[in-house]
Amino acid sequence: MDFVNAIILLLNYIFVPALAYGSQLALGAIFVTLIYGILRFANFATGDMMSFGTMVTILFTWYFQSLGISLGFLPTALLAIPFAIIFMASYMLLIDKFVFKYYRVNKSPPVQLAMVSIGVMFVTQAVVRIIIGPSDRRFFDGEKFLIKAGEFKEMTGLNEGLAIKSTQVITIIVTMILVSVLFWFLNKTRTGKSMRAYSDNEDLALLSGIDPKKIVMITWIIAGILATIGGALYGLDKSFKPFTYFNNMLPIFAAAIVGGIGNPFGAFLGGYVIAFSEILLTYAYKKFFMYVLPESMEPEGLVQLLSTDYKFAVSFSILVIVLLYRPSGIFKGKIL
Amino acid sequence: MRKNLNVIAAYCIMMGLIILVGIFQSWNIALSIFNLCLISAVMTMGANIQWGYAGLINFGIMGYTALGGLAAVLISVDPVQEAWSKGGFDILMSLFLIIIMVFVVRYILKKYKKSKIRTYSIASIIILGIIIIRFTAEPGIEAIEAVNPAKTGFLGGLGLPIIFSWIVGALFAGVLAFIIGKVALGLRADYLAIATLLISEIVIAIIKHEDWLTRGVKNVIGLKRPAPYEVNLQQTDWFINLVEKFNLSKLNLISDLSERQAALNQFVIEGSSVFVKLCYSGLFLVIVITLLILTQKALYSPWGRMMRAIRDNEEAANAMGKNVVKQHLLIFVLGSAIVGIAGAMLVTQDGLFTPGSYRPMRYTFLIWVMVIVGGSGNNFGAILGGFVVWFLWIEAAPIGLYLVNLTTAGLDNSHFLKVHLIESVPYFRFLMMGIGLLLIMRYRPKGILPEKIEIK
Repeated sequence: MDFVNAIILLLNYIFVPALAYGSQLALGAIFVTLIYGILRFANFATGDMMSFGTMVTILFTWYFQSLGISLGFLPTALLAIPFAIIFMASYMLLIDKFVFKYYRVNKSPPVQLAMVSIGVMFVTQAVVRIIIGPSDRRFFDGEKFLIKAGEFKEMTGLNEGLAIKSTQVITIIVTMILVSVLFWFLNKTRTGKSMRAYSDNEDLALLSGIDPKKIVMITWIIAGILATIGGALYGLDKSFKPFTYFNNMLPIFAAAIVGGIGNPFGAFLGGYVIAFSEILLTYAYKKFFMYVLPESMEPEGLVQLLSTDYKFAVSFSILVIVLLYRPSGIFKGKIL
Repeated sequence: MRKNLNVIAAYCIMMGLIILVGIFQSWNIALSIFNLCLISAVMTMGANIQWGYAGLINFGIMGYTALGGLAAVLISVDPVQEAWSKGGFDILMSLFLIIIMVFVVRYILKKYKKSKIRTYSIASIIILGIIIIRFTAEPGIEAIEAVNPAKTGFLGGLGLPIIFSWIVGALFAGVLAFIIGKVALGLRADYLAIATLLISEIVIAIIKHEDWLTRGVKNVIGLKRPAPYEVNLQQTDWFINLVEKFNLSKLNLISDLSERQAALNQFVIEGSSVFVKLCYSGLFLVIVITLLILTQKALYSPWGRMMRAIRDNEEAANAMGKNVVKQHLLIFVLGSAIVGIAGAMLVTQDGLFTPGSYRPMRYTFLIWVMVIVGGSGNNFGAILGGFVVWFLWIEAAPIGLYLVNLTTAGLDNSHFLKVHLIESVPYFRFLMMGIGLLLIMRYRPKGILPEKIEIK
């Protein structure tokens, strides 16, 4: 019995939250990796583009709520996301037309494009803060828990409860669907294949008649979809605050690089690597050992490898180690 | 003279703007803007050395700034004797262990050839070392943090004048840059940017959460000053006489004696804070001018020529027998050390150390905007960039307010749009920075004062 309790404990505090957090990171990391693979620069505006998408989702959610439309036990935001995506994709295309296109046509070095993306970051951040303000916003409605801790305890008669938030389940399901569709698109369709070809060797792709304008446009649209959904899922699960989104850029970058930048599948797994290592290393295992070990061997301290303050530092350290030993990432990058 | 006309003109306009702020807002504000402009200028000079001279991207400016601030605390605060006696030994012991660990790892790296076993043994030594260090340090840290936690709860510093921290800050930042450079300099430009950004975040995380070192997010306040205190100034005779002399014409208009005294007191209070700020300005100016002379000399020296050669064509420079890796490391350390000085200056001016305030937006990206806007590779440009961008950063709110009032003049004062816009005026600075950066990058990619190398 104790053993089952220990498993439930780990599921409740490590596995489920890490899976949800990892999914959110994975979407952002695929976004970074796509931009890096096809447009060939590190996009420092990632976090703020995600917060922009989330902001639009929130505005649509409020609008629907004011009309009295809701999805019952599901959050209204799910209904708002498609509209937000349209808005976000056009924002991305607008930015590309007025900002990034010039440098791409001129074949500027990637560093210059990265600098330009910092300009975009400032502008997007300003727009978000001017429109919705810098404060914390929750826009979740509908049923909060799928399984409540108390109910679970009653149902199974165990000591440990397992609470699963509906947002966590939604996050994981939506991520799985989105990522499978994306991989199907990249691997099976003509456009997807031409995107991969363009990422692999630009000149060869151009020679074989691939239209770069179309590729770039589709990349920005996919990026818009990923940014909006990733941001909205994070906002639903936790809360929306522009500053947090800006900070999330850092673990997202870490995930993309750990997975091998330019490689979407690597980025996808990288998100989970970062999320799990962050949570595994900062969790206090005291209770777990109390269940597993005999009473005489119970640990005194918290059995915590690192204090939770260093949550971010963990992912960055992993990144530094990966950069040192395998600069191309765990799954060789730059293939798309 | 003719060639430098645009430089002189740009600086005159900048000084004119600051003087205008002094006349229309107050001299206090103008001087505090000026001081921070000077500090920003030091930071941009550091970043410019790395980016403009050598083409190295360093997004870790925030980390070096924070280390400079840390140095200011460690140098100037009086040591907390009780904490030292309770936990000092444990801390010293773990420091000693860290040094031993580093040497063991170095020894293994030198002695054995690269192999899987070597990698694993180094990893296990590091993990084992961290565990041992945690066990040695923990009781000490707990004891230190228990000593009067409301006021101290940390080891304190050396109790020296804070000016020394400017050198020590440079040293700290240089050492960190050396370690980062050893690790990360081989990376491609954008990887290097990301890696340095993340490492600077780690540095901030450590400073924030190691309370025994600098009280963490509880902040250290009331650091010693290199300048006199306002309260003391207000009671010194020579200062009161000085203020009286300055404001004689205004004071003479007041005939009533008690009123005259009250007015004089007001002038003295205002004057004292202006005077203190002037003291800082003087100190900072000395640093900026010294650095400017040094960097200019370096730029036109054979070493500067070599750096430009490396920047423009790494392979060719390598083929000519220049040690690219070593020179990159050197310039990385030098630039970071300058940023470290700026960090110490900043804390010196504020008189307090608040680790929570170090954010990448303000201390990394803004500095980069300064470098790009001012003109990379040109020291005068970098300094000008620091001035222009900081000036706009501060004055963006008033300008934004003015613009909002202008554009919404037709609307009622309680109209929701107007109220909302006025509330969000502080964020117009981000908008201005972003648009400014984008415009400069597009239409003047070399900055306001582009790099100009004269070959004599």
